[in-house]
Amino acid sequence: MENKKTNYYKKVIKYVFPHTLPVLTGFLFLGIAFGVLMQKHGYNALWTTFMSAVCFCGSMQFVSLTFLSTAFNPLLAFIMSLVVNARHLFYGISMLGNYKGTGKLKNFLILTLCDETFSINTSVPCPSDIEKKHFYFAISLFNYLYWVLGSFLGGIAGELIKFNTKGLDFALTALFVVLFIEQIKSKDNRLMGLFGVLTTLVCLIVFKSNVFIIPSMLLILGILAVNYYSKNKNSAQKTNTEKSEGNNI
Amino acid sequence: MTLTVFQSIATILAIAFGAILTRVLPFFVFPENKKVPKFIKYLGKVLPCATMGLLVVYCFKDVDITSLSAILPQIIAVASVVITHLLKKNTLLSIFVGTAVYMILVQFIF
Repeated sequence: MENKKTNYYKKVIKYVFPHTLPVLTGFLFLGIAFGVLMQKHGYNALWTTFMSAVCFCGSMQFVSLTFLSTAFNPLLAFIMSLVVNARHLFYGISMLGNYKGTGKLKNFLILTLCDETFSINTSVPCPSDIEKKHFYFAISLFNYLYWVLGSFLGGIAGELIKFNTKGLDFALTALFVVLFIEQIKSKDNRLMGLFGVLTTLVCLIVFKSNVFIIPSMLLILGILAVNYYSKNKNSAQKTNTEKSEGNNI
Repeated sequence: MTLTVFQSIATILAIAFGAILTRVLPFFVFPENKKVPKFIKYLGKVLPCATMGLLVVYCFKDVDITSLSAILPQIIAVASVVITHLLKKNTLLSIFVGTAVYMILVQFIF
């Protein structure tokens, strides 16, 4: 009995692990970059590991370096975290069905949902001899551990080697550019990607560098809502006004 | 460290709280027995892409567009990311090449 169980878990790991390898390398590299930058701002490996373990939001953690090195403003840090992490809302919405019926593991799946886990979840099929909840759990757990491990290593490396890190923060730009390219590979997405870039650019010019993110998001949501409901007005009358009002929050 | 230990922990927890909220909210608003409205499904499909566009712009928010020595390294490094990615389709490699190019440019050339 025990043996059967162990064999089953081995099978799950054997199937899932190779799919997470790109994430392993990516998270190790980014985690190390983050750990080194934290070190530069006066936070040692313990801080970095702690932060990665409780936040687990790579891009926001890079952004948060600003908040850790300027005047204390947790409210702004919180709002910024909401904004930068807002895409999780959309991943969550897409995963509502996938994570259905995953029982006790569901909380962990929800709390560790990230770009990379989302992309594996949506692109790798779950084989019939592996339970869906174990499949998703293995992906989420691996990715989570990679990130925590990577940042720990970076924190250590930052203490040991003293090298010129100027420009290392470009890793974040590069990450976003790559994720963006991945998104607009599909033709249907291209217009949406361009729309996101242009709307944000306009807001950046109008609102300047500190506050443009929230107006950008509201504008994006607003235009999408208008677009969606004007399209549906003709085809389906049942989309009532009550709904559209509810979505303006 | 600019902040005190307490302030640092508060900042980190505030960020963690923001991240947790964005992760939990969809599952809280739409529990397993509730039907997801079509508009939300539509958003789930189009928003990740628009958001990535937003985040790309975000990265360049502090670039001084009046200074050629600030813009050029950015442009060259982004181009190297795009080219590497289109040729090799390897996320890690693209990030690595782009970052290395940028670091060399800002440390030794500009």
